[in-house]
Amino acid sequence: MMFRMIMRRLGIGVVTLWVVSLLMFAGTEILPGDVAEIMLGQEATPESLAALRGKLGLDKPAALRYLEWLGDMATFDLGLSLAGHSGTGGGGATIEVLIGARLQNTLLLSSIVAAISVPLSVTLGLLAAMFPTSLYDRTVTFTTLCLVAVPEFFIATMLVLILAVQLQWLPSIATMTDFESVWDMLRSLSLPILTLCFVLLAQMSRMTRAAVLNVMSSPYIEMAILKGVPRRRIILRHALFNAIGPIVNIIALNLAYLVSGVVIVEVIFAFPGLAKLMVDGVQVRDMPLVQACGMIFCATYVVLILISDIASIVSNPRLRHPK
Amino acid sequence: MALLEVDDLHIEARSEQGEVLPIVKGVSFEVQRGEVMALIGESGSGKTTIALSSLGYTKPGLEFAGGEVRLDGRDVITMPSLERRDMRGRKVAYLAQSAAATFNPALTIGEQVTESAVLHGILNQEEANRRAEELYRTLELPDPDRLGRRYPHQVSGGQLQRLMAAMALCGKPDLLVLDEPTTALDVTTQIEVLKAFKRVIKEEGSAAIYVTHDLSVVAQIADHIVVLYAGEVQEMGTADDVISRPTHDYTRRLMAAVRPPPAAGQGDAASEEHLRDSPALETRKVNAGYGRKLDGSVAMKVLFDIDVSIERGQVVGVIGESGCGKSTLARVMAGLTPAFAGDVLLDGSRLAASVPERERDELRKVQFVFQMADTALNPKQRIDEIIGRPIEFYLGLKGEAKRKRVLDLLDMVELPYEFAGRYPEELSGGQKQRVNLARALAADPEVLLCDEVTSALDTIVGANVIQLLRSLKDRTGVSFVFISHDLSTVASFADEIVVLYAGRVVEKGPVDEVLSPPFHPYTRLLISSVPELRVGWMEEMLATSTAQAGIDRVVQITEVGCPYYDRCPLAVPGTCNEHTAPERRIAERHFIECHREIEELVRFSHN
Repeated sequence: MMFRMIMRRLGIGVVTLWVVSLLMFAGTEILPGDVAEIMLGQEATPESLAALRGKLGLDKPAALRYLEWLGDMATFDLGLSLAGHSGTGGGGATIEVLIGARLQNTLLLSSIVAAISVPLSVTLGLLAAMFPTSLYDRTVTFTTLCLVAVPEFFIATMLVLILAVQLQWLPSIATMTDFESVWDMLRSLSLPILTLCFVLLAQMSRMTRAAVLNVMSSPYIEMAILKGVPRRRIILRHALFNAIGPIVNIIALNLAYLVSGVVIVEVIFAFPGLAKLMVDGVQVRDMPLVQACGMIFCATYVVLILISDIASIVSNPRLRHPK
Repeated sequence: MALLEVDDLHIEARSEQGEVLPIVKGVSFEVQRGEVMALIGESGSGKTTIALSSLGYTKPGLEFAGGEVRLDGRDVITMPSLERRDMRGRKVAYLAQSAAATFNPALTIGEQVTESAVLHGILNQEEANRRAEELYRTLELPDPDRLGRRYPHQVSGGQLQRLMAAMALCGKPDLLVLDEPTTALDVTTQIEVLKAFKRVIKEEGSAAIYVTHDLSVVAQIADHIVVLYAGEVQEMGTADDVISRPTHDYTRRLMAAVRPPPAAGQGDAASEEHLRDSPALETRKVNAGYGRKLDGSVAMKVLFDIDVSIERGQVVGVIGESGCGKSTLARVMAGLTPAFAGDVLLDGSRLAASVPERERDELRKVQFVFQMADTALNPKQRIDEIIGRPIEFYLGLKGEAKRKRVLDLLDMVELPYEFAGRYPEELSGGQKQRVNLARALAADPEVLLCDEVTSALDTIVGANVIQLLRSLKDRTGVSFVFISHDLSTVASFADEIVVLYAGRVVEKGPVDEVLSPPFHPYTRLLISSVPELRVGWMEEMLATSTAQAGIDRVVQITEVGCPYYDRCPLAVPGTCNEHTAPERRIAERHFIECHREIEELVRFSHN
């Protein structure tokens, strides 16, 4: 039964990706103007436009281009950038090269943020659930609620204002070139890391607290108290086991947000990441690049949600041990 | 010195506004070693609160306000919290009402049973496992050597209830606190569990506090009884004294609320006035189940060829153990679980199988009253919204007309008008069940499907709800399908009885005929399993051939033969397990499905 459910989820994941690819392609088709117009700019004549479109393959019917594109995507052939990256001029760089470095940067930033925020927020949430209505719990609740309510661009701007401009402790721009040491790199990335951690920490610790508290009000927890089980064991063994499903879900959603939703943070700190690449791509109507970035974001999302689904299936004893 | 001395105990509830409400008002009693003390009273009498105080525990919102609870001479209320934690599970162990909710779904049974004993250092893990296995054997649980590795959802409700006893006993506590451990069980399971508890308490020599509202159960297990009302002791003494010679008014009232064992002649005479040609609701050869497949059949069949008819203005009681398909039958009638074969007829015309296919007026005529008013009523809606919604939806009334109808309905279920503005959580269990009924009546139905509507209520409140149902029936002429595992209630309220076993109708007919010989062997088991209010009843009952064959067995659904074959004292190997039982007509409307001849059933029913 469990195996069947997991296979089903995998199937649904593939279908989701396919639907996303349709939407993605349709979305970029609807955008006004195409890369030929942008490339030729002011000097465009109808003849030169047609010629360039023919060269770039833009004159083929949309359905055909979609199928070609889908086939390439499925074989990880991301194709050529039509415009090349801003700054390199001209078309022809492969998208793989463009994305490769950027994806690495984004992944690096995300994994550092995840490595800090996930254990920290789960611990904070657990502790808050262990001592509900205590001063500690109220402090955590107050702080996290404040942070949840504030948009990340505001947090980022405030951090830059205080730590970079006023105190001049940290750089306000997160570049990714020529680090002499790991420490250097961390210093350069510290502001985006801090901003993202604040946002994630607030959400994840709130939800962990809620998930554990929800379980803490069940009769089997009261039973554990009446059996003389120490509080620590009640939380870690009796409550946490039942809260794993929802907690993993929240973590997965937040991590997915990290990879795809960091546009604002990357732009503010001029961080050379994937999201910023995509934004640039939209500006120059470089559709293959935008589509490839979009697919990577969606695939990450789908994979993370899949992982959380599978985790909650596996953590459910009813599914793990059918009657 | 007594094992437990409760001395002038006071417990209070504090509301959010800071109001103080006394819950327990100066209760004193003692429990001697090796003795079973019953605390009885209706809900709100403080019996559970008092029982929990012996573990130094109060439910959230309650607090100790005075007095002492001494265990071995030490006051558990004032002892340091570390010492109290060590005492819990080691000296006093607790068994809750619902084992299904009390077992942690994520941990194995074995871990939970042995946890307390190991944590307190009474036994090491290996000894505890061995002890648990011994207890499984004593409690007559199946497959004792592998049971510990299973998860709670993999065993039945009655088994979980007994496993909770194993969990409590594993650390060899001096005192057991049992909180209504059999209330939620059906009659046959109740006997199994009671029998196991009684045996294990005797063998272990532990003392016990047994909390219940059911005097007949108390009579089977208690040595002493404390009768509680509104947080005060009304009467106490030995079980025999209190039951045979009650001195206090309240005890007598409790005893009066104990319904006599089901027998013929308790119900009302069936009135003929509402009878018409076609029954109000009828099922013909209905087959249903769960896990629908593409070809329309089901993965798990639950109902087999059910023929039931509910005459206008009559009450049809549906009885049977859990797992026999009672609720599924009601859900099929309501269209919630569509039948995959057979028909449901309303006023003689065929109804569509599922809710979405039925006309609004057809939906209006068949209304469902769910068992748990707590979960059936939306906690965020006021009572007038809950009752008003079906009035607007089905009858199209709005504004003043709707408001007037809401008040009429409140009047009908005997609730004061000011309840219209309240929320469900402000109401007691019995009041919520009345609102639940009013909601169903708001649609002006012809048939009410009542699924265990009194099972969650205690004796006196339940009796009042039945009284209300009876007057509703007389005033509105509505027909009832009344599902209950409580035979006494069915016997006093129903006009006809349908006995379901493993998805088949094994007997049906007018109440008086079903409850007098000849019986189907299963009907006989059900009737004889209802506890009687006298000491020693259980031992006599367990000695009968019906109990020997039928108790401690589970309901098994079979496609071939008579499903009752493996529990039947009259089973004929080769016939009963291979062929479907024929329907025998005993009288005009009385049928029994059995391979045995009527004469054989008559002889069996009389010995």
